[in-house]
Amino acid sequence: MSSILPIAFDGITYASWLFLISAGLTLIYGVMRILNVAHGSLYALGAYAACSLAGAWLGGGLPAAGSFAMLLLAALLVGSVAGPLIERGLLQWMYGKDEVVLVLITYALFLIMEDVIKLVWGVDSLLLPDPYALPGNFQLGGLTYPVYNVLLIALALATGLALAWALYRTRQGKLLLAVIHDRDMSMAMGINVSRVYLATFAVGATLAALGGAFTAPTIAVTPGIGVEVIVLAFAVVVIGGLGSLGGAALGALLVGLVRSATVRYWPEAELFSIYAVMAMVLIARPKGLFAAQEARKI
Amino acid sequence: MKAAIVAIAPLVALTGLALLSPQWLVFMAMLALAKGVVVLGLLVLMRTGLVSFGQGLYFGIGAYAAALLSHHLHVADAAVMLLAGAAAAGLIAALLGLLLARYRDIFFAMLSLAFSMILYGVLVKSAALGSTDGFNLHARTFFGVALASGVERRVFLIAGAVCAVVVALLVHRLLGGHWGRLATGVRDNELRVAYLGASPYRVVYVNYLIAGAMAGLGGALAALAVGHVDPEMTYWTTSGEFVFIAILGGTQSILAPFVAASIFEALRTIASQYAPNVWQMSLGLAMLAIIMFLPAGLWTLAERRRRSV
Amino acid sequence: MRPSLSFGLCAALAAFVFLLAVPASLAQQPLKVGIVTFLSGPAAGPFGVPARNAAELTAELLNAGTVPAPYSQKGFGGTPIELVIIDEAGGPQKQVAEYRNLVPRVDIVIGYISSGDCLAIAPVAEEQKKLTVLFDCGTPRIFEDASYKYVFRTGPTGTMDNVSVALYLVERTPNVKSIAGLNQNYAWGQDSWADFENAMKTLKPGIEVKTSQMPKLFAGQFGAEITTLLGSGAEVIHSSMWGGDLEGLVLQGAPRGLFEKHKVVLSAGEPAINRLGTRIPDGTILGARGPFGPFAPGTDLARWLKTTYQDRYHVPPNYASFKMTQAILGVKAAYEKAKGSGNEAPDQDKIIAAFENLTFEGPGGPVKMALGKGHQAIMDAAVGTTRVEGGELKIVDIARYSADKVNPPDGVKSEAWIKSGIKK
Repeated sequence: MSSILPIAFDGITYASWLFLISAGLTLIYGVMRILNVAHGSLYALGAYAACSLAGAWLGGGLPAAGSFAMLLLAALLVGSVAGPLIERGLLQWMYGKDEVVLVLITYALFLIMEDVIKLVWGVDSLLLPDPYALPGNFQLGGLTYPVYNVLLIALALATGLALAWALYRTRQGKLLLAVIHDRDMSMAMGINVSRVYLATFAVGATLAALGGAFTAPTIAVTPGIGVEVIVLAFAVVVIGGLGSLGGAALGALLVGLVRSATVRYWPEAELFSIYAVMAMVLIARPKGLFAAQEARKI
Repeated sequence: MKAAIVAIAPLVALTGLALLSPQWLVFMAMLALAKGVVVLGLLVLMRTGLVSFGQGLYFGIGAYAAALLSHHLHVADAAVMLLAGAAAAGLIAALLGLLLARYRDIFFAMLSLAFSMILYGVLVKSAALGSTDGFNLHARTFFGVALASGVERRVFLIAGAVCAVVVALLVHRLLGGHWGRLATGVRDNELRVAYLGASPYRVVYVNYLIAGAMAGLGGALAALAVGHVDPEMTYWTTSGEFVFIAILGGTQSILAPFVAASIFEALRTIASQYAPNVWQMSLGLAMLAIIMFLPAGLWTLAERRRRSV
Repeated sequence: MRPSLSFGLCAALAAFVFLLAVPASLAQQPLKVGIVTFLSGPAAGPFGVPARNAAELTAELLNAGTVPAPYSQKGFGGTPIELVIIDEAGGPQKQVAEYRNLVPRVDIVIGYISSGDCLAIAPVAEEQKKLTVLFDCGTPRIFEDASYKYVFRTGPTGTMDNVSVALYLVERTPNVKSIAGLNQNYAWGQDSWADFENAMKTLKPGIEVKTSQMPKLFAGQFGAEITTLLGSGAEVIHSSMWGGDLEGLVLQGAPRGLFEKHKVVLSAGEPAINRLGTRIPDGTILGARGPFGPFAPGTDLARWLKTTYQDRYHVPPNYASFKMTQAILGVKAAYEKAKGSGNEAPDQDKIIAAFENLTFEGPGGPVKMALGKGHQAIMDAAVGTTRVEGGELKIVDIARYSADKVNPPDGVKSEAWIKSGIKK
């Protein structure tokens, strides 16, 4: 009994992180039908930008609490600069190509960005431990946990709720849903699909960077952190059903809890627990947990 | 018949290459050939409109089957290894295909990826197989004939070339005939194929099986070339590379996968030798350039030339 | 635009073939040394780039003739050396291809950090008949499962890292009753844990293993693993982690009391000193895969490397830097021994004959090519404990173990040697 609470808490913490990295991916796929491999690079970019900005803030002797604002700023900066740059500079010329070709285009982008990050920040790890330590610790089930984990969970919840509100309660969101449902019809009805795509990609990139920025304080930011994220995020999104925000949340929770229980009771299986979950979900529900129904076209 | 005559040209060229070129070129040609066979299998699958992001599964099974023969059963005959690689992969594909043939689009891609990653996880946990370090293999005979040291890879290259040409001819026959048109039908409109009385499930299943066995053969070829196997062969980046080579070559020709695999190997080598610090970026830029300027793959170059003559 | 692209492609291919073909015919004056080390990916920061820096520094100073005795002769026996550096990233299959391309361009190859790459390269080196010196990879399988003529390894194997920390641990806490592990889920992590577990079982029969956690390599986040370790009640936690994973472990584990509740052993922890400094908690047991970095002896050679490296790169050299310099100096020693007092450049077979069973002085102390029929180095091992003094991280309570005490005799496999009692 005493181990249930820590397992649940670790699982939910991990799930929050998974949700942050996969929400943007599922959004971009839902709207643009691009399985964005470069999502991992945007995550890494967010982490590196956070280290630079928050590092400069703390290095300047400014109040430590402000470093959280710097993490947020880093995510917004990456999202609003790199996002539109990629969409306008590259992706907009590629729409209409096959889904597989689009995957490869973002893969090429990922390779390029890996080296760009290396050229800008070098290969040495960057550390930003202050925001992690700042909120202190608390006790749960006799074990010590950092309060930062609670902040991460809160951030994931807030992000999920804000996205849901924006999608279902605002005019812009409803336009987006229309594009997801039927792109050609939306264009015919006068929706500026090009602008919707730009906005979607920028928001998706911001989400990836947000995940990176708020992970940065807990890890050593090194080359290659983006690679690890890509397949994890893919798995979560596929489990939940591609393009579904609620699916991503549920998929993240499922993977997070399964992983944390595996680590406790069957550590040998940790490496493939996520893929086993993915295979089982797809076998039971071939299009993921929440898949949009598609019309059969004859 | 005409195809068989056309096939002699690459066979002669590769044999010449195997006998005359320096070792590093023999090795690169062999690796390109191995990957070409895998990608050709992928093209068979793509004819039904399905792309697998998990061909690394069969590539790895083929390689490990060949290597285990040499390492644990002390069978050191290259021909047996090649057969075993293809057979082992074909067997697993026959099993998994029963399930996967029901899937389409991105879900097919992701489920095949999941299976390859599960094998990766199992291999990494197998200390007896050297975990991520993998292990070495040696092929000492070919059809029972002992190989002198130093010439093995030249012989393997010729053997690989024969395999590739035979497989390519079979694929050419298969896709050029009734089966190929059926597969195209499944890609374009599965429902109509079903209404016409054919089973799309069966078409997909058989093509998946062929692709799996060919990836196994390619894996065994690669294992012979490298002399070492490791779990990276089943990792998703390896599978992604195959898809990339397929797109690079285009889907119009049986030769395209081999040409594309050679160019891919050459590109990667140039990049890592002359730009060791930015080789990933160079490779990425080259990929983007090809996708942008040659939308139907490198084969468009050949087609254009033919048209302009 | 279009025709020019196809032309460009052909031209690039032609240029590629040309460039590869030319160096073979021009390989004359300076000795060309191929250096293979990680320039990208997660291993570049902690190992690859420090090793490359050491290679560039050592080559330059050797050519200038400013390295202390016995290496004061310029270059290799008076012939200047020139480096050809390539990236080790991409996995064994790619490395075999790159190695084959590198061979015609260089006289000697020094490189390889990943054990998988070393295992794959060794038979190719043999086939290509090219003197190849492995400088860092740790797996003992290379010379235990096969024997090679053209392959040498100047760095000690991973066996002694874990045997020496186990000896150190048992000497300091003789009543230790339980251990647990947190290692990366790949060959290095699994082997390190197996060596440590077996060594502890040999030294303290009946010791209890509480849990062995194996998170995915480069996972970076270990929340659930740390929770399990904290709840395990183990007295000692062993980890062979390195790079970003190790730094992540310290950052996430320290605030949660992992290092206070348990004795933590980091068998390859030394490179993290440069990155984490005083964030490594007091009382952590640290190894450096040999007498490198803070464990280096007080010789002229060690001082030379430390000061010149620090001056140029503004960080101290870590064990990867030491081992790279050691490999270059080892080849130099063999080359000059083979050359003798004559004027002629020695051929490769002579260098190999001189290299076998050679004992030479490295920046970490004496290196004996004692195992694998004279192809595998052994060295003394050193282990210490961290303590923060005056805002600086110090390594205190350093224990040294002589090379033959922590390495198996020639011809005995490491695993069997550890299980059968860690005796000569």
